[in-house]
Amino acid sequence: MAKEMKPNEIIASIDYQPPAKDWMDTPVEIKPGMFCWGAKGKSLNTVGFPNARDWNPLNEDWKLPKDWKGTVLEGIADRLKKYRSFKLFMDICVRCGACADKCHFYIGSGDPKNMPVLRAELMRSVYRKYFTTPGKLLGKMGGARDLDLNVLKEWWYYFFQCTECRRCSVFCPYGIDTAEITIMGRELLNLLGLNIEWVMGPVANCYMKGNHLGLEPHTIKSNIEFMLDDIETITGIKIDPPFNKKGAEILFVTPSGDLFADPGTYTCMGYLMLFHELGLDYTWSTFASEGGNFGFFTSNDMAKRLNYKIYAEAKRLGVKWILGGECGHMWRVLNQYMDTWNGPADFLEVPRSPITGTVFDNARSTKMIHVVEFTADLIRNGKLKLDPSRNDHLNITYHDSCNTARGMGFFEEPRYVINSVANNFVEMPEGTIREKTFCCGSGSGLNAGENIDLRMKGGLPRANAVKYVKDRYGVNMLANICAIDRAALSALMNYWNPGVGVTGVHELVANALIMNGEKERTTDLRGEPLPTKTEAGGDPNV
Amino acid sequence: MKTLFPLAAVIVLILLVYAGVQGAQMYYLFGVIVPYAAFLIFVAGVAARVVGWGRSPVPFRIPTTCGQQKTLPWIKQDKVENPSSTGGVIVRMLAEVFLFRSLFRNLKAELHSGPKIVYGSAKWLWLAGMAFHYTFFYILFRHLRFFFLGVPYPVHAAEKVDSFLQIGVPLLYLTDAVFLGAIAFLFLRRIASPQIKYISLAADYFPLYLLFAIGTTGVLMRYFTKVHIVGVKNLTMGLVSLAPPARGLDEIGVMFYIHLALLSVLAAYFPWSKLMHAGGVFLSPTRNLPNDSRIKRHINPWKQDVEFHTYEEYEHEFKDKMKSVGIPVEKE
Repeated sequence: MAKEMKPNEIIASIDYQPPAKDWMDTPVEIKPGMFCWGAKGKSLNTVGFPNARDWNPLNEDWKLPKDWKGTVLEGIADRLKKYRSFKLFMDICVRCGACADKCHFYIGSGDPKNMPVLRAELMRSVYRKYFTTPGKLLGKMGGARDLDLNVLKEWWYYFFQCTECRRCSVFCPYGIDTAEITIMGRELLNLLGLNIEWVMGPVANCYMKGNHLGLEPHTIKSNIEFMLDDIETITGIKIDPPFNKKGAEILFVTPSGDLFADPGTYTCMGYLMLFHELGLDYTWSTFASEGGNFGFFTSNDMAKRLNYKIYAEAKRLGVKWILGGECGHMWRVLNQYMDTWNGPADFLEVPRSPITGTVFDNARSTKMIHVVEFTADLIRNGKLKLDPSRNDHLNITYHDSCNTARGMGFFEEPRYVINSVANNFVEMPEGTIREKTFCCGSGSGLNAGENIDLRMKGGLPRANAVKYVKDRYGVNMLANICAIDRAALSALMNYWNPGVGVTGVHELVANALIMNGEKERTTDLRGEPLPTKTEAGGDPNV
Repeated sequence: MKTLFPLAAVIVLILLVYAGVQGAQMYYLFGVIVPYAAFLIFVAGVAARVVGWGRSPVPFRIPTTCGQQKTLPWIKQDKVENPSSTGGVIVRMLAEVFLFRSLFRNLKAELHSGPKIVYGSAKWLWLAGMAFHYTFFYILFRHLRFFFLGVPYPVHAAEKVDSFLQIGVPLLYLTDAVFLGAIAFLFLRRIASPQIKYISLAADYFPLYLLFAIGTTGVLMRYFTKVHIVGVKNLTMGLVSLAPPARGLDEIGVMFYIHLALLSVLAAYFPWSKLMHAGGVFLSPTRNLPNDSRIKRHINPWKQDVEFHTYEEYEHEFKDKMKSVGIPVEKE
């Protein structure tokens, strides 16, 4: 691998002036630092995916099946019949260019093939050639081109430079959603075994062991026990959470990233402390131990296969309803896909908070609610004793995750919770938050190490908005409700904005939560000293 | 090439009509057969495309949510940008179709030193798009005078409003000027912005040239090179009553035939081109669906049988490890 680019090198490399040569005549160049390693044969085999073999994207030979072209064209025909979105989005783009500078990868790289319109044209040009009469007749003048090996490699390179964040679809006058096109592109590549290991490894793990990280049941338990020790040290309270408990009222499912590395683990400690304080009758599951769904980044079928275990486990354990942790794409999948795939969840009851009695009618079919909805309701009903000054050393801003923003509309709940548990909160500039939020640059399975340049380029717009509030208001903590964010934004902040930390919302909740019988806390969940009452940090005017 | 080829195509079309009418005197072909054929292709083509899209189902609810979801009662839902009911979807779609809501959001990203990225307002494309579509519609509406014996009052009123500036003889229609101006802007934008030029195809220039030529020939006929207007009306009334006149076609004037032929080309081209965005926008699943998939179960019409890894298989593999740390199992 080439040497990692420095921040100033990335800035200097951005040139929005497109090349003189037509894009169809510019063959793809697979650049180190901009792509992820190919999926291993072992991972593909585990879930029965085609053309399982080890391969290297840098080699000329990608070890493709003989009739790969026929497979792709058949795959396109099949999906045009199955998805109106795909067919429509192939046909109706007018190339107005409104989407062009909405993509974080385009803003951060200047590569014109990262303009959403052109990313889609990579596919449309082939669609025209083989599926439309004008394309067949006019050829290149009709915007059509042959599907050859170079085009296939270009697809692979650029469909793994899209995080399916859907920001472009907010601005498109016809609602064309590049995520839909990338999803189809990846499905087609998947027919040839052309996935990336950073997606396929977790998919294989999740299928066999229940979670992306491949944590086995005893490891899940011991990881949580480590956190319990820390909680006891900080609060003096010993917690004993239930695992795979039959007959519990609530099944709790969160992304496995929360169990593995900080700062996700602090968020997880937050859940544990909150549920303990409430005396919630809930259970963890070592089988349904993943809320996220990397299957969604390979194929719709695979996503359904991985999602299956949530309802299956709820049924086996006999719970009444399901509570989901802080995660981004997990919630797009739970909101827009789960019930259709694996419902109906008629063996469950409409979620009802046992603490406040609130019935979550907005989830009356899926029977699954977001932990931030749950907590917002608790706070609103005055059920939590909170000391927001314990978060006074933090000047907080909030990053809307792409999927909860544009695939759900989850805007006010997290803001309400943050403002209830902390005193210093400030928004990033308009145009970079809520439905216009910028991706962390590492979503949809691109949070690998070998594509670090790509991630830092794609994360530039997000980081730059944080820099604005850091410079102006002294922001030192970036809150979010996404496990990939917690990992990706930490690296992004270190790179562009050193000194800005990353936190889940429930870490902030737990810091402020006054627990029954706790000792006087001297540190926050990270073991850092709490602000003393006299030297409360932060500008109260912020 | 991409800019010149479609321009050449439009010029060749004009020359063909000129030669056919002025030289070969094929009035019936260009006055009757071509417009009828184009109309049939337009109607059948648009129907075929819409039915074609409609045949592909929408397996999942995938609206792009642009506002607060329906949630706890004390949190205000954005019922239009994130609708959970049919009423909300209708308002969202009306705003999209009639006001170009999404395009109105447009921002321009600029990278400044620092680095500092700023997102400025960018409404020109929205404005030109609105100007073009509405004046086009207005002009089509004015043309209804050619399809009624007496001019209906709304059409007459529309003409009055359009010419309220009282400039020139005959009075200048404002919409004519705005229509041509908007098309000129949309064209210049495509060639002036390097990024837009880079993504543009021949199919993006062709309709612009065509529309500009249709508008220009219309303007020429009204204000400069007069055509025989009684003959035109005689023909249009004949066309619309399915009794096209056999006589008098040679008196109309070639400019009219060019105007009509280019419009016919536009109509016949429409269903097979990007112009179908006009129909497609109504079917867009990111806009025309409510965000209610936690409230109501949405059924995928195609079967999706897949293989699962069950709990039994999981427990079979990990039973000893589970028991060793006290995690309950089904089969002791």
